[in-house]
Amino acid sequence: MRYFRQFVIIMFVTCIGEILHYLLPLPVPASIYGLVIMLALLMMHVVKLESVGRVADLLVELMPLMFIPAGVGLLVSWADMQSMLVPVLVITPVVTVIVMVVTGKVSDWLLSRTKNGRETENVVDKKVED
Amino acid sequence: MNDLILNSTTAGVAISLLAYGAGIFLRRKTKSDICNPLLISIVIVIVFLLIFRVDYDSYNKSAQYLSYLLTPATVSLAIPLYRQMDMLKKNLGAILLAVLAGVIASMGSILVLSVAFGLTHPQYVTLLPKSITTAIGMGISEELGGNVTISVAVIIVTGVFGNMIIEPICRLFRIKNPISKGLAAGTASHAIGTAKAMEMGEIEGSMSSLAIVVSGLITVVCASIFAGMY
Repeated sequence: MRYFRQFVIIMFVTCIGEILHYLLPLPVPASIYGLVIMLALLMMHVVKLESVGRVADLLVELMPLMFIPAGVGLLVSWADMQSMLVPVLVITPVVTVIVMVVTGKVSDWLLSRTKNGRETENVVDKKVED
Repeated sequence: MNDLILNSTTAGVAISLLAYGAGIFLRRKTKSDICNPLLISIVIVIVFLLIFRVDYDSYNKSAQYLSYLLTPATVSLAIPLYRQMDMLKKNLGAILLAVLAGVIASMGSILVLSVAFGLTHPQYVTLLPKSITTAIGMGISEELGGNVTISVAVIIVTGVFGNMIIEPICRLFRIKNPISKGLAAGTASHAIGTAKAMEMGEIEGSMSSLAIVVSGLITVVCASIFAGMY
């Protein structure tokens, strides 16, 4: 019954997420309400990590499979894709580089100003010296 | 062949699983994340359907059940995030601000480029969630009226590209702190980029997986604001 209880908790939280999605007029996917509720329950120790962990790990591991039908759908929306192919081929790599550099540099700059952040940098320095 | 698949309740699922298995096999053989199992399985299934002249609808009639557990699986992303909580609390301000900056840079540059290319509004919102994890990105694209299928394709390609360039980018732009490298990988290229971050080091890996969910959540909030701008 170990897995059964874990599955019940996850499905129940998911269902609450879907109800919120139905009731609230915000452009937020049902899964996000569920995710935030689950995180809150874990942090308030209402739900223990052990009582959802295994089934959650299983679902997360299988998640890529769940995108295959959507990806194959490209077959049907190829005409739509073609009309934006060139912009997509430019935007995808350019934006990816921009996001990486901005995130990394901002983080580096902020961390160099805090004690905890500098500690992590030193951990690596030590490793290099070894 | 079309009728056969149309009348089966598992054929679409079986084809998808086999194709994904082939993808895992190829990645193991080549030892390269560029051979992403999801990307490979999608290509294999598309080729299969084209060769045997099977309609997408016939395939999807059974394959759609694969997606049935997607919402609970996305809810389950709370668990890996919770496991990184100590790390998050220790550098809370820096992590949140850096990921926020990355998300705004992402959607800001997509906005500018979409205007430059003269894309339509649905095309623009299709691209908006391209850097975040597929589960959340799909939801955002759907909520905003984008083309979910194209969003999925662009998200996967972004992940594979990010996986390839994260190391050279960190070197080129002198991103030094392992926390920053991980955040950059996860914010720009979600789970596929995280696979590379895990190879780079333990801190990089856990920071990258943390950034997947944090950037996803921040994007949910910011996407609707950006969607209203064009």
